[in-house]
Amino acid sequence: MSELFANISPALPIIIAGLIAAVVPNNTVRKGLALFAPVLAGLCWFNLEIGTYGVIEFGGFTLETLRYDEISRIWSLIFIIAAFLNGLYGLHEKDRVTDAAGLIYAGGALGAVFAGDLMTLFLFWEVTAISSVFLIWSARNRAATKAGLRYLAIHVLSGVLLLTGAVIHAGETGSWAFDNIGLDTPGGFLIFIAFGIKCAFPFLHNWLQDAYPKATVVGTVILSAFTTKMAVYALARGFAGEDSLIYIGAIMTIFPVFFAVVENDLRKVLAYSLNNQLGFMVVGIGIGTELAINGAAAHAFVHILYKGLLFMSMGAVLHRVGTAKASELGGLFKSMPATTVFCLVGSASISAFPLFSGFVAKSMILAAVAQDGNWLIWLVLVFASAGVLEHSGIKIPFFAFFSHDRGHRVREAPVNMLMAMGLGALLCVYLGINYGKLYDLLPYQNSIYEPYTFDHVVGQMQLLMGAIFAFAVLLRIGAYPEEKRSVNLDTDWVYRRLGDGLARWTWLMLDRLSASAGNAWGRLMSGIGGRLYQVFSPIGALSRDIPSGVLAIWTSALLAVVLIIAYFST
Amino acid sequence: MDILAHLLPAGIAAHAPVLLVVIPLILAPIAALMPSGRIAWAISLLAAFLVAILALVLLGEVSQAGSVSYHLGGWAPPLGIEYRVDALNVPILLLVGFVGLLCTIYALPSVADEIEPGKQPMFYSAFLVCFTGLLGVTITGDAFNVFVFLEVSSLSTYALVAMGGGKDRRALTASYNYLILGTIGATFFVIGVGFLYMATGTLNMVDIARVLAEDGHSRVTEAAFAFIVVGLGLKAAMFPLHVWLPNAYAFAPNFVTAFLASTATKVAFYVLIRFLFSIFHPEVTFVAASFTWIFAVLGTVGMIVASAQAIFQTDPRRVLAYSSVAQVGYMMLGLGMGTKAGLSAGMLHLMNHAMMKGALFMALGAFALKFGVRSIASLNGLGRTMPVSASAFTISGLSLVGVPLTVGFTSKWYLILAALDRDWWWAVAALIASSLLALVYVGRMLMAIWMEEPPSHQGKAIAASTAPWAVVVPMSILALANVYFFFNADPLVHLANAAAEAVMGGR
Repeated sequence: MSELFANISPALPIIIAGLIAAVVPNNTVRKGLALFAPVLAGLCWFNLEIGTYGVIEFGGFTLETLRYDEISRIWSLIFIIAAFLNGLYGLHEKDRVTDAAGLIYAGGALGAVFAGDLMTLFLFWEVTAISSVFLIWSARNRAATKAGLRYLAIHVLSGVLLLTGAVIHAGETGSWAFDNIGLDTPGGFLIFIAFGIKCAFPFLHNWLQDAYPKATVVGTVILSAFTTKMAVYALARGFAGEDSLIYIGAIMTIFPVFFAVVENDLRKVLAYSLNNQLGFMVVGIGIGTELAINGAAAHAFVHILYKGLLFMSMGAVLHRVGTAKASELGGLFKSMPATTVFCLVGSASISAFPLFSGFVAKSMILAAVAQDGNWLIWLVLVFASAGVLEHSGIKIPFFAFFSHDRGHRVREAPVNMLMAMGLGALLCVYLGINYGKLYDLLPYQNSIYEPYTFDHVVGQMQLLMGAIFAFAVLLRIGAYPEEKRSVNLDTDWVYRRLGDGLARWTWLMLDRLSASAGNAWGRLMSGIGGRLYQVFSPIGALSRDIPSGVLAIWTSALLAVVLIIAYFST
Repeated sequence: MDILAHLLPAGIAAHAPVLLVVIPLILAPIAALMPSGRIAWAISLLAAFLVAILALVLLGEVSQAGSVSYHLGGWAPPLGIEYRVDALNVPILLLVGFVGLLCTIYALPSVADEIEPGKQPMFYSAFLVCFTGLLGVTITGDAFNVFVFLEVSSLSTYALVAMGGGKDRRALTASYNYLILGTIGATFFVIGVGFLYMATGTLNMVDIARVLAEDGHSRVTEAAFAFIVVGLGLKAAMFPLHVWLPNAYAFAPNFVTAFLASTATKVAFYVLIRFLFSIFHPEVTFVAASFTWIFAVLGTVGMIVASAQAIFQTDPRRVLAYSSVAQVGYMMLGLGMGTKAGLSAGMLHLMNHAMMKGALFMALGAFALKFGVRSIASLNGLGRTMPVSASAFTISGLSLVGVPLTVGFTSKWYLILAALDRDWWWAVAALIASSLLALVYVGRMLMAIWMEEPPSHQGKAIAASTAPWAVVVPMSILALANVYFFFNADPLVHLANAAAEAVMGGR
């Protein structure tokens, strides 16, 4: 049995299952594949030994399709686990497109993690881009179709940049190997931008908040797991210790906090918080010490679990209630108690409460930053941690399950969703307590780290309590206007009226800022689309039936051009 | 290869070059006199079969001797007309012969469905004349003879395209536009040949090349060059001279589109190579300048713009027609590199593209036999209703995109390598960008075929069925060739390299 799976790329069974699922009309068979393929991939994974396999010679190229080492080990395992949980979560849905695309997408991400050279990386880079867009399109509405097109455009751009960069890089260094690339060469810079797009660097991030919340319930869960973490992996491989990443990452942790706090669509809140979490990993990679890379890897691992869990719980809410808008939700804990509990576990993990998985990973990155002695960045990350708690830790469960009871009386989430969430929650708690299992997987085993020391725990608890207190205050001044009307205004007018006005004004401005940024982006994109249509469509300027006389003139014009070139080049 | 050369008795093999042209020419009027379409079809099939055999024999002879020269009527060149077969045109002869054979098989059900019975014998006759013209253009070694055969093939093509008028009257205007532009192209070409004759006093291609090499170039030959390039560029649908093509392909009968898409522009492209490389010399300054500033630039622009146009089309045949224009751009780019690697990659793409487009248009024709296909939406769900044709369409569609495991990948790969060799990064970027655009337009059709609900009648899905054998067999052969020649790329790569070698020598 074990020889059977020895050194076969785990990506293979998943991609093949996806291709089969694309043509099988029977729903049961497809669901079987979605569960069975990750298990098979897991078997392959357990039988892998450190080394490079699956080397294919092609047209003068050596494609290394299976490089299994300390770094790809942890990423591939979490991708396999995520693929299984996603398959379980999507069990109730009868959609061939999602099934096939989800599997191929997961397999493509695995393939990218195993890629030993830039050409293989590019191939799988494109596989993930193209397969994942179907997850957005399968929502089958106009907004999703358009968002999908924008998503595809930017990801294809990323692929093109990657290939161009790889070609230039190989031309300069003579090697296609996917190892440390660095920013010294123009090729390296292009590759950096390509990774940056997928990793949602500031100003390259819009696709994420644009597209993820518009996918289907299952689609968003699948999407949240792979693309960005694949990019983090690629950065860890190619640009570990690149100083600019520290600052990019710090900005990534900060700016989504504001947007996430004002956003009403809870799935979009999670999309912003995804960005913030990526920032932590990017900072870790930017520092580049063994501890920091370990931290980034551990964070990516647990992050996929708890972020998936949160998206799953919001997906369950959307599935049952039909909306994920904070303003229309509330009081769901009565009708969906299990989902509430799982969501709380996810929230506790993402907020890095001690005994939950987020704590054992995030504190490692903070420790690495502290070790590096960059106190400004350290403060930024601490502030961002408080922000995470604010929007993901409290806002999500509070508005969805508690807050005002909006009278939704719905059934509990389907059993398969509960099972997927339950498994995810279990892992979140398990890794938070038995963190040794997680640390055994980390790339650098020499770098010992102990999360549960007195000052780590106390420091984190202080931060969390402070943030919870701040949330309570914010609720009083901004989120419950009707309650404020009953407050008697007296001598406290100055701070109530003025403070309240100031807070409201800031909120309003931030709200407008995010809305107009989104609008401007949308206008730009639809403007470009419309212009392209005007030029190229059957009734467009270039494709209209032109009278043959006009064409004759054009022919003569080209003749003139050729004559001129011939005349002047001698 | 030796076996091929001895396929026919020596007495016949000695006359193979002329038989290749004469057989379809003589059978054309005979087909026209036949009482029914089926008999005329049998005659066409016979002609196509014999031509394919003769092309194989010529391949054998060329691989032994390097080149074959046949003096028509025993008159020696440069006074007499010479038919000349070498490594450059033998792949084209094979292509026209074999694609012609497969298309003729496919014609039986397709023509019976689309052309009224009374006109079928004439239709086949016109096809044979067109076939003759294309073969003649390819095989002749005489510059004026090229013009004659070019007109022979073009005039019959106008008639063939116009036959689509029985279904859709727009075929008539498409054919008319094609006629006007095609005539302009032919006129330009013959003016250019006239200038060459003025400058060199001879019409034999080898002889023109010799005189030009000895006497050097003048303003007259520069003008000749410009006229010939534009004239042939028009025939080859080089961007921006392609405007006749989309409508002609979209409204012609399905069989005609399948045949023309995989042969006609290829032959014109061959003549262009012949003139640029064998007659004018690629090292002459103005020829070299035209490579970079005309062919590479227009090829690249065509590649991108025509692909973008294909994305926005609603009729699948127009999508593929615009894609053809883009593919011509790839070949022009390869030619424009002016290196042996580039030319060889262009030739390889020429052959591969014939396989892809042949299969794609045949599959569209198969769909059209059962369901009228006028928009992408009418492809909805055909993956379940006509699985065989849909699979052939899918394979060759992926090949068109350049997906690995298909020949489309091979030729794009060689194009990229050739561009890298030349340090043309922008060309690599354009190739990739254009392939991604191809993914969008092909993906749109594939999504309709596989992802949408199948067509239904009164609420019940129509049962799955296959097209007639005469459609399935040639279509499957071409579709599978797309995969086969990926794994066994050597024969085609060898042909392409030999062709480039023949005109560029050791350079």
